[in-house]
Amino acid sequence: MLQGWIQIAMTLLILVAITPFLGRYMARVFQEQRTIFDPILNPVERLLYSLVGVRTREDMTGWQYARAILYSNVVMGLLIFSIITLQQFLPLNPTGIPAPTWDTALHTTISFITNTNQQHYSGETYLSYASQMWGLGYHMFTSAATGIAVGIAFIRGLTGRPLGNFYVDLIRAITRVLLPISIAGAIVLIAAGVPETLAGPVVVPTLEDPAISQAIARGPVAHFEIIKELGENGGGFFAINSAHPFENPNGWVNLIQLVAILSIPTSLIYTYGIYANNLKQAWLVYSIPLAILVVFIIITAIGEYNGNPAVNALLGVDQAPNLEGKEVRFGWAQSALYAVITTASMCGAVNSLHDSFMPNGGFSTLSNMFLQIVFGGQGTGTAYLFAYLILAVFVTGLMVGRTPEFFGRKIEKREVVLASFLILLVHPIAILIPGAIALAFPDQLSGISNPGFHGLSQVIYEYASAAANNGSGFEGLGDSQPSPIAIAGGAATTTTALWWNLSTCFSLLAGRYVPIVALLLLADSMSRKQPVPATTGTLRTDTGLFTGVTIGVILILGALEFFPVLALGPIAEAFQIARGIG
Amino acid sequence: MSFAREASRAVRSTLVLWVLTAIIYPFGMIGIGQLVFPFQANGSIITNTQGQPVGSALIGQPFTSDRYFNSRPSTTSYSTADPKKDEAKVLRTGVSGASNLAPSNPALIDRIKGKADPNPEKEIEGVIPRLQKAGVKPTADLVYTSGSSLDPHITPEGARAQIARVAKARGLQPNQLENLVNQNTDERSLGIFGEPGVNVLKLNLALDAFKPA
Repeated sequence: MLQGWIQIAMTLLILVAITPFLGRYMARVFQEQRTIFDPILNPVERLLYSLVGVRTREDMTGWQYARAILYSNVVMGLLIFSIITLQQFLPLNPTGIPAPTWDTALHTTISFITNTNQQHYSGETYLSYASQMWGLGYHMFTSAATGIAVGIAFIRGLTGRPLGNFYVDLIRAITRVLLPISIAGAIVLIAAGVPETLAGPVVVPTLEDPAISQAIARGPVAHFEIIKELGENGGGFFAINSAHPFENPNGWVNLIQLVAILSIPTSLIYTYGIYANNLKQAWLVYSIPLAILVVFIIITAIGEYNGNPAVNALLGVDQAPNLEGKEVRFGWAQSALYAVITTASMCGAVNSLHDSFMPNGGFSTLSNMFLQIVFGGQGTGTAYLFAYLILAVFVTGLMVGRTPEFFGRKIEKREVVLASFLILLVHPIAILIPGAIALAFPDQLSGISNPGFHGLSQVIYEYASAAANNGSGFEGLGDSQPSPIAIAGGAATTTTALWWNLSTCFSLLAGRYVPIVALLLLADSMSRKQPVPATTGTLRTDTGLFTGVTIGVILILGALEFFPVLALGPIAEAFQIARGIG
Repeated sequence: MSFAREASRAVRSTLVLWVLTAIIYPFGMIGIGQLVFPFQANGSIITNTQGQPVGSALIGQPFTSDRYFNSRPSTTSYSTADPKKDEAKVLRTGVSGASNLAPSNPALIDRIKGKADPNPEKEIEGVIPRLQKAGVKPTADLVYTSGSSLDPHITPEGARAQIARVAKARGLQPNQLENLVNQNTDERSLGIFGEPGVNVLKLNLALDAFKPA
């Protein structure tokens, strides 16, 4: 058991250790200071800017920035939708897969432009290599870079600067952050065993019975895999994502994936510290999600280590790890760690199946997606965290009877409305309302595969994953249409899958674009405020006391609205298992 | 700024970034992979002495007989099918998948413990009774289905629990098998990360090639 905790602790230490380096680097990139890549990238970027038609010194207002995001995302979405629906006419389709159903294609498109990557498809049987490389792989860069751009624009506004230019930020996020790390990472992954080929599956006779054959799916996986993690995308090349030995062959690759998943959202908080010229505050803010993350990891890991009491009784032991849906090479520790990190960060890649986790795991992963700030999504997680800080300033300001100020800028009605309604209230609306509709029609719509309390968790998990732009799932849920190959063979489409494909689109879009627009408007209005000089009466926001109050505000505002769901889902299931199944 | 200008920027940025991240980057990586690491880049395929592919070093295969070390239970039978009766077209693409059974789902317990039923078609043999009949002490990895359904490994405990049975079926000494198990165990990465696992396909290939001195 100790060995498992050491692995977990080492991984977290590595993550904290790289934060200052990557955080400082990103600050240099977006402040347009000198970096080591300048000799190569300056001419490349000049070319890209002229092709796109932007000038670097053209600052946008909050509305302009938001409009640029919406326009570009619509065009990018049309491109990927066309590629997926036309895949049978495009090259690089060695297994001859026809187009998926329109609702699967629509859901996959929206899920990828929103940086979510829910898998209502299975890579092997639904999508050609062209769809994966030219469609999904492309969106893994642009949706992640859009998130980083929002995060940087928000930091600029919060620290009193103009918001910048979306297209410049989008291009720089790709050329200077995502692409260089992906190239290095992809090469390491290939060396470690991740395939990178255009050849189709290999079919071999099995060793035990040569009359039975095995098909080994392959493809251009490595380049896709690294940006899947680094961009917090999470959509697997294969159906079973990072549990597949070709996506994640050993503990070394697993470590790279975990570090890639959390590196950018953690480092952006440090980047804020550099922009605000207050690293002390950055580390204090950093400690909030880190503390929550550690608690959730411990809760989850204990559950998986102790295992399922009903199965342990059959094995005749007191303790055996719950290995249902887990790979031997990861075991309980790396599986629990991965599950918490991937839901904390809105990546949504999985190296083990969350549906089969003990209720502790369901509790932690759901809570992560309800809170959205345990480092959170690419760029947006950092912004949400500061939105909570603004609310904490407002609440404490009310308590001590002072005008709330955040770094010398007054927090007024407009800011509180944006932070509380648009950013925090959209989330429960996008989860609980469609969730209630699905649960009201258990036979027609819900597609629940596990009975009892766990079924409620399955439905809520899917909407939470969509609204938080996470993308993992309790995958037993009947949310997929049959594969195009099965449909060509006569399989019928289902209304359950149609419902899930369309209803999650609502949560995906609401969970992505409403908060992004609100965050940009919030940043815009903060950047326009006259700074007020700090006095002895100013409420300081860079203290341990204020950080503690912020944790309280996060738990009260973010967690309490979802507590009834947690009580009826994982908590009730835990009591059920403790009492004995049956 | 006019709508036409904004729309034009959106279209141009989409296409420019598409060429960069969806054409130049992946094809560059495929080139590097094929030139520098052709074995890994093509799926770590193991070939026999005649040069025919027999499997992948990273992907498990189904083994259920007494003569081989058995692999973990799999929901897709390790992406295998009878080529003559492959209605699901498994062999066209290859598949992966998991049970997605919740710990509170009675079907999980039925699968592990077995379930008697007057209707023989509905009867479930159960993983633990099957292992016990074969004289193998059940371990967690041999009872639970894996995440990918392609898990190449079993735990060292799961392998050792099978040594006596395989030794009897093949007429070998248990200590010889112990050596083979150790030789085919993948240790933790860097000695720290992940868990040790015995590669079942490699172990069974070594078993077939093994000639007692």
